[in-house]
Amino acid sequence: MNRLERIEKSLAATNRPQFVVGDAVRVHAKVVEGGKERIQVFEGVVIARSGGSNRETFTVRKVSYSTGVERVFPLNSPNVDKVEVVRRGRVRRAKLYYLRERRGKAARIAERDMRGKRAAELAALLAAEGVASAAPETPEATSPGVADGGAADETKPGA
Amino acid sequence: MSGLIGSKLGMTQVFDAEGRIVPVTVVDVGPCVVTQKKTMERDGYEAVQLGFGAAKEKHLDRPRIGHLKAAGTKLMRTLREFRGAWDVNVGDEVGASLFEGGQKVDVTGTTVGKGFAGTIKRHGFTSGPRSHGSMNVRAPGSIGQCAWPSRVFKNKKLPGHLGDVRRTVQALKVFQVLPEENLLLIKGAVPGPVGGLVIIRPSVKG
Repeated sequence: MNRLERIEKSLAATNRPQFVVGDAVRVHAKVVEGGKERIQVFEGVVIARSGGSNRETFTVRKVSYSTGVERVFPLNSPNVDKVEVVRRGRVRRAKLYYLRERRGKAARIAERDMRGKRAAELAALLAAEGVASAAPETPEATSPGVADGGAADETKPGA
Repeated sequence: MSGLIGSKLGMTQVFDAEGRIVPVTVVDVGPCVVTQKKTMERDGYEAVQLGFGAAKEKHLDRPRIGHLKAAGTKLMRTLREFRGAWDVNVGDEVGASLFEGGQKVDVTGTTVGKGFAGTIKRHGFTSGPRSHGSMNVRAPGSIGQCAWPSRVFKNKKLPGHLGDVRRTVQALKVFQVLPEENLLLIKGAVPGPVGGLVIIRPSVKG
């Protein structure tokens, strides 16, 4: 890791939970209205994460009064007060742009099974990625390989 | 006038007090070491010579080694002079704390070399249509008249070497100073490639 990367890491926000594309989140964003600051909550599905290190952004999509609304938040912005993970989704894409063409039932995302060995492995990978980095895209990308191996091991003795 | 020698580490972004994204260039400024003071009596002008960047003895010529040994400082790759009287002594270290956040600075560096470049990249000419039988895609077009003047005027914008020249960007704001790391975060872009040598001076525009 070079010096610039180290500095970028030190600039990243520390209180961000680990979340990946497909998860539903509640973003507590600070908004200034008429000189006063208040917290506005934006709840929706994370459809993309982009960039890395302290430059990372994530896109949250929700459907509000049958109109799709998307907001892009800088992950490390001080204006993002808090991010809560509401639901863990299971998806097979890094970007869920296909949700834009879907409505209602077709736009559902399956819940990720957080009980089994695969989920534990993923969680461990996410934790190992480091609290400071808050960049779980790499474990997400590598998890299919790990998960497949784990699943195969589990099914063989049973079959 | 004071100043510092630094090395460009690269660009990143930070958030300001309002949470807006600010693009910054991270510059490593040493610390620089004072290697010589020029005085009115001896040299006819006031100046301070700073050294930057560690060097091995085999990489320096013997006059340079003798000069630095006489100053009693460690061996350094780069020496630069800053005009004007300055309250420092030979052997002193000057670092990022010379500047403070919010101050305006002028940054000098050698721009990224682009090699032999055409008129579009070099002078911002427009490109011609790529299709419909056009043969004029990146060509410079007409470069003059005919029988009179029978020559191309001087300073006509033509293809040629682009970049790799010394440039100063004035009145850049120091966003933040990290004295313990000896880093400056300067708002905006700074001339030169990553790892390139830059000289940072207080802005003449104030």
